[in-house]
Amino acid sequence: MTEALNNLGKIKKSLSRRNRAERRFRWYGRMAVFIGLAAVMVLFTDIISKGQGAFRITYIELEVTYEQDRIGIQSLTDPEQLATGNWEALYKAALRNEFTEVSGRRDKRKLYGLISSGAGFDLKDRLLANPLLLGATENVWILADDDIDTYYKSWLDGEPYAARMSTKQLQWIDELHAQGKIRLQFNKNLFTRGDSREPEQAGIRGAVMGSLLTLLLTLLLSFPIGVSAAIYLEEFAPRNRWTDFIEVNINNLAAVPSIIFGLLGLAIFINFFHIPRSVPIVGGLVLTLMTLPTIIITSRAAIKSVPPSIREAALGMGASKYQVVLHHVLPLSLPGMLTGAIIGMAQALGESAPLLMIGMVAFIVDIPAGFSDPATVLPVQIFLWADSPERAFIEKTSAAIMVLLSFLIVMNTVAVWLRKRLERRW
Amino acid sequence: MNQHVLISALLFTIVSITVTSSALARDSIEVVGSSTVYPFSTVVAERYGRASGKPTPKVESTGSGGGMKLFCSGVGTNYPDITNSSRRIKASEFKKCQTNGVKDIIEVHIGYDGIVIANSVTVAPMKLSRKDIFLALAAQVPGATEGELIDNPYSTWKQVNSALPNIAIEVLGPPPTSGTRDAFAELGLEGGCKAIPWIKAMKKTDKSAYKALCHTVREDGRYIEAGENDNLIVQKLEANPAALGVFGFSFLDQNADKVQGAQIESVAPTFESIADKSYSISRPLFFYVKKAHVGVVPGIQGYLNEFTSEKAWGEEGYLAEKGMIPLPTLERAAMAASTRGLVPMIGGEALK
Repeated sequence: MTEALNNLGKIKKSLSRRNRAERRFRWYGRMAVFIGLAAVMVLFTDIISKGQGAFRITYIELEVTYEQDRIGIQSLTDPEQLATGNWEALYKAALRNEFTEVSGRRDKRKLYGLISSGAGFDLKDRLLANPLLLGATENVWILADDDIDTYYKSWLDGEPYAARMSTKQLQWIDELHAQGKIRLQFNKNLFTRGDSREPEQAGIRGAVMGSLLTLLLTLLLSFPIGVSAAIYLEEFAPRNRWTDFIEVNINNLAAVPSIIFGLLGLAIFINFFHIPRSVPIVGGLVLTLMTLPTIIITSRAAIKSVPPSIREAALGMGASKYQVVLHHVLPLSLPGMLTGAIIGMAQALGESAPLLMIGMVAFIVDIPAGFSDPATVLPVQIFLWADSPERAFIEKTSAAIMVLLSFLIVMNTVAVWLRKRLERRW
Repeated sequence: MNQHVLISALLFTIVSITVTSSALARDSIEVVGSSTVYPFSTVVAERYGRASGKPTPKVESTGSGGGMKLFCSGVGTNYPDITNSSRRIKASEFKKCQTNGVKDIIEVHIGYDGIVIANSVTVAPMKLSRKDIFLALAAQVPGATEGELIDNPYSTWKQVNSALPNIAIEVLGPPPTSGTRDAFAELGLEGGCKAIPWIKAMKKTDKSAYKALCHTVREDGRYIEAGENDNLIVQKLEANPAALGVFGFSFLDQNADKVQGAQIESVAPTFESIADKSYSISRPLFFYVKKAHVGVVPGIQGYLNEFTSEKAWGEEGYLAEKGMIPLPTLERAAMAASTRGLVPMIGGEALK
């Protein structure tokens, strides 16, 4: 009796200690989650604060007269003439009209430097879209040079960065600002153009298209191959040393650094099969090699989670093994497989290392239209911009990261939603 | 039967992709090579593409050595047409090109790039000589007696040269894989190395020992390899005013509010001082063209014309705007003529 009381006392005594331990443990857990969230928050604030400026860009309003003589063309339908036309003369004349007091070669050069070097082509496109403008005069908002853009934005923020501006240029910007002829507009180029060495003309459309084409090929190849391999290994293959060996190797491959797949792709697809460098075909093939192990592993897990009773019931009804797999196991495990595939694709979307070896880390301006056009992908575009000396690329880099992150968030959300929606519990 | 159809369709896709793609002829120019020339070559490619309406040349940044390797692998559309280089082609590379059938190579010297040693604008600019750079950064330096070498003992700039401030030596620079590093070792370190008479004499007696001494950077943590990204070095200098950084002139040009270049032999790195060669640490930039590809891959001639036009590589051209230092006027005119005339290297040039 006394012994039992003693024990009760002991338990009571230790109870508060054990409760404290549990509370401490909970706090450790909360701290861990908090640190993780804080890291994500810091990353996001940094990227968004740096990148939000890239969605707006500086435009200058000028009165442009589309004079045929100045461009040096006779007709708007002759491609030869259009290619050699002096389109820059249009905005240069407009600038001279705006600032009539400017004379001297050096000053004029500085003046022309206010406008993006691609503005002439923009005016050409504008004229071609509306041929009636020929000979007419209109007020156009024209894209400013990146140095002007950087200065104007920093000036609006109260910390002007004028190291690459001359005093005259600063004065001109002041005048334009006073007249309301300089403003920030939505940066359409960022979403409609390919890469450019001029930050104000650079866009991510080429990289997004490249990523889409590459991922489409990756999905088309890796999903069927991965699922077939998983079904065979799980349902048909005998359990012996060979299948164990294969399983170890697949798990191994999933952990191999991705650059190795790039080297493999270089050796097989480019050096042996002579597929051209830098095209989505070779990118898709390399990323297929990389995502296959992930898809096989998740698909096998999905197949394993289908209860044996379903297979047995089907077999009991007289179905063949093939019918059991195709009519019952596959449909039931498909949601899991899809989730795995989406996660594999998200991984492939963020990959740049394997593409380095196969020439997809390149400066490509033209937007790829097919699997055999040279292309680059989003993470590579980010890498290339981060490496560029021009100041204005800093915000473009962060903006491209924001776009990549939103693609990743969408893909992962779809994966979670699919799992929640289609998952069956037995 | 679905699965069989699926698998055979798949195999068919792979085979057909391989077959069609290998049969494809290339209609755009392929450029590879130096990451230093990359920013200039890409601008020309873009302008050429936009003005001509033809496909824009594709430019890959593989490094000078990597580009040369690809370029010299053979003739045909599977190999690049042009390689950029931040140094002249080596004799060994030229020979490799010849054995692989790349016979006629057009050499184009496009201009110069300055290498700067910079620190944060919040502190006073450094005034260095190349000898100071050598003594501060070489793995081994001369000891008390002539001919004696000791492991670099200096930990502050003042120890190197009493005129310099008393701050710890901490230099952020590119890793050995970078062309900038090669050029820095050759022009900066070796330049200072030569200032010591008995080491200069060593060049004649024992060339390999001389080179090892003059090109080897110390590895005791005073020189920090900061990766190939020069923007990163600029950011680190901003955060740490005591550190110096080594990078290309164009990054100094773009970040003048954050960093300033050290004077070398009392010349500050500016556009003009690099162009007239009074600033000592600058290197030539080149690109090389396969003559056999001109006319086969459309657009090479047009690209060459664009690159060698005054509006591109002239003193007021758009490449100068991007930070490239142009050639002197006469040299530029001669180079433009020989490039447009597709005059190949004769093979007798004094290559290293």
